[in-house]
Amino acid sequence: MALPLILIIVLLVLYPALYSLHLATLNKGMERFVGFDNFTFLFSRETFWMVVKQSVVFAVTAVVFKALIGFCVAHFVHNVPVKGQRKWRGMLLVPWVIPPAMSTLAWLWLFDPSYSAFNWLLVKGGFEPIGWLGEVGWARFAVILVNVWVGAPFFMIMYLAALKSVPEQLYEAAAIDGANWWQKLWYITIPMMRNIIAITVLFSLIVTFANFDIVRVLTAGGPLDNTHVFATWAFKVGIEGSDLPLGASVSLFMFPILAIFAIFILRDITKRGAEN
Amino acid sequence: MAKVILRKVVKNYDDTPAVRGIDLEIADEEFVVLVGPSGCGKSTTLRMIAGLEDITAGDILIGEEVVNDVPPKDRDIAMVFQNYALYPHMTVYENMSFGLRLKKAPKAEIARRVENAARILDISELLERKPKQLSGGQRQRVAMGRAIVRDPKVFLFDEPLSNLDAKLRVQMRTEIKKVHQKVRTTTVYVTHDQVEAMTLADRVVVMNGGLIEQVGTPNDLYHFPATRFVAGFIGSPAMNFIPCKLEAAAGGLRVKLSEAIAFPVPANRVERYKAHLGAGKLLFGIRPEHLIEQRPHAEPDQHPFEVPLEVTEPMGMETLVHFLVEGTEVCGRVNPNAGALAGKPMKLVADLANMHLIDEASGRVL
Repeated sequence: MALPLILIIVLLVLYPALYSLHLATLNKGMERFVGFDNFTFLFSRETFWMVVKQSVVFAVTAVVFKALIGFCVAHFVHNVPVKGQRKWRGMLLVPWVIPPAMSTLAWLWLFDPSYSAFNWLLVKGGFEPIGWLGEVGWARFAVILVNVWVGAPFFMIMYLAALKSVPEQLYEAAAIDGANWWQKLWYITIPMMRNIIAITVLFSLIVTFANFDIVRVLTAGGPLDNTHVFATWAFKVGIEGSDLPLGASVSLFMFPILAIFAIFILRDITKRGAEN
Repeated sequence: MAKVILRKVVKNYDDTPAVRGIDLEIADEEFVVLVGPSGCGKSTTLRMIAGLEDITAGDILIGEEVVNDVPPKDRDIAMVFQNYALYPHMTVYENMSFGLRLKKAPKAEIARRVENAARILDISELLERKPKQLSGGQRQRVAMGRAIVRDPKVFLFDEPLSNLDAKLRVQMRTEIKKVHQKVRTTTVYVTHDQVEAMTLADRVVVMNGGLIEQVGTPNDLYHFPATRFVAGFIGSPAMNFIPCKLEAAAGGLRVKLSEAIAFPVPANRVERYKAHLGAGKLLFGIRPEHLIEQRPHAEPDQHPFEVPLEVTEPMGMETLVHFLVEGTEVCGRVNPNAGALAGKPMKLVADLANMHLIDEASGRVL
């Protein structure tokens, strides 16, 4: 019964993973075994450490904002009368449903230095236009903004489902016990949602950390590699720079970092699962 | 410790009336049970007292204060919910102390009150557990503990026993009564179970269709129901209602149930019923326990009759017998040794001292 599944996993997961491990130990021409040379080379490069830092900052900032915005919007939708709720839910999901490569193109136009809507508004308002994707700070801000825009609806829908599963009577009991709305949020809603918050944050961290399309389309890593994350830099080094072994080594670095995130969060979930 | 007063309280959901103007005065330390079928407005009434529902019209007073616009947290009440509503992520101790912790009561005071309530309810060993690790009955106790700890003016119970199995329900019923005797707080208790209502209440409020049908002590409701609804709702098996004719007879009145069965009206009721001679349709109401087997020595006002039995149901301490009177099914309760047999005729007596005469159109007991 499980054989086809095992075959698929071996073919689509295990083989590429092992192959990239193998690749990472070859030289640029892929004809000689070089051991850990590719890794030691990476450690000596400033760009590598910049990519590590940028990937972490990008993923953590984006996930925090996605979670916060998703949480707030979920509360807003939860309190919309049932009649209008479907409409709101549908509309708010749109950013998540459009393929990011396409929606990022639209953002690319919005960020355009000369003709964009943003800069037009700024100039109208009497401000200096901003080189959104040309200045390091703004470019980093832009990739995070678009990632949040794409990803927040996922959090919204997960948190909305979690909110709906909190029994109304707990809030009534809390109201009688003397809790105001903030205390209800702090003592009831958040503890009741903790597992779902932990899981969504973990999954989103993994996906965001490995993000490729948004950064690739919006800045292609620029200006001067400053917005690169692991996946885009691995692509640049491996495919565009024709050094597949070095690209493979870069992409392999995502694994230990993600594994540490996963261990911490999953351990917390199983611990509380056992308590309950 | 406080009175609760409801004045002309109305609740509409959009255009659907749920409570249609009720007046009720609950004395300090009194245990009042609201009882009625689902949808009669009893839970809505309780939730309005709690402040969980707005009032469409009327006034609710707790103590001497009108609380119409006072939020639940400032009403100084405690409520026990049907499915307990314990906070699943908190221990029993945290659950019980939640209200006091929100009020920033001193730690020592909180501990003292929680331990005291735990002792009353016999849950001292459970304080460190989470609700999931408790049985249904234990959760119920914790929910009550959470109410007791707050030492509120009023306890509100919303069908607290309906999630328990039959045996536990009887046990917890006694427990609730004991707690009330110890804590003596004004209590409003909602249930659809008339046995619960009868056993717990100082006074029972029977509700139907958003209105109060009758308020009275359990015995009052049982022996002197004001309406057909109350007569039918209180008591199990339910009271029999048989269409009848009121006729003048030698020296008094008689109720005629069929060509074969007619009972003389007890002398002390003749004056009361006289005015209804020849009035609209009437029902003869009698409880099953007042239709018994014929015994050697008849009491006054017991009148014999004979009917073929349709079904007999032996219950152990008694046997229920079912028979037809002019197409209406009637239930009686006889001694298990009286020899009741389905399909065979049996001599029964009706205890007319406990009969009721009901005006079918208005539903009033005459």
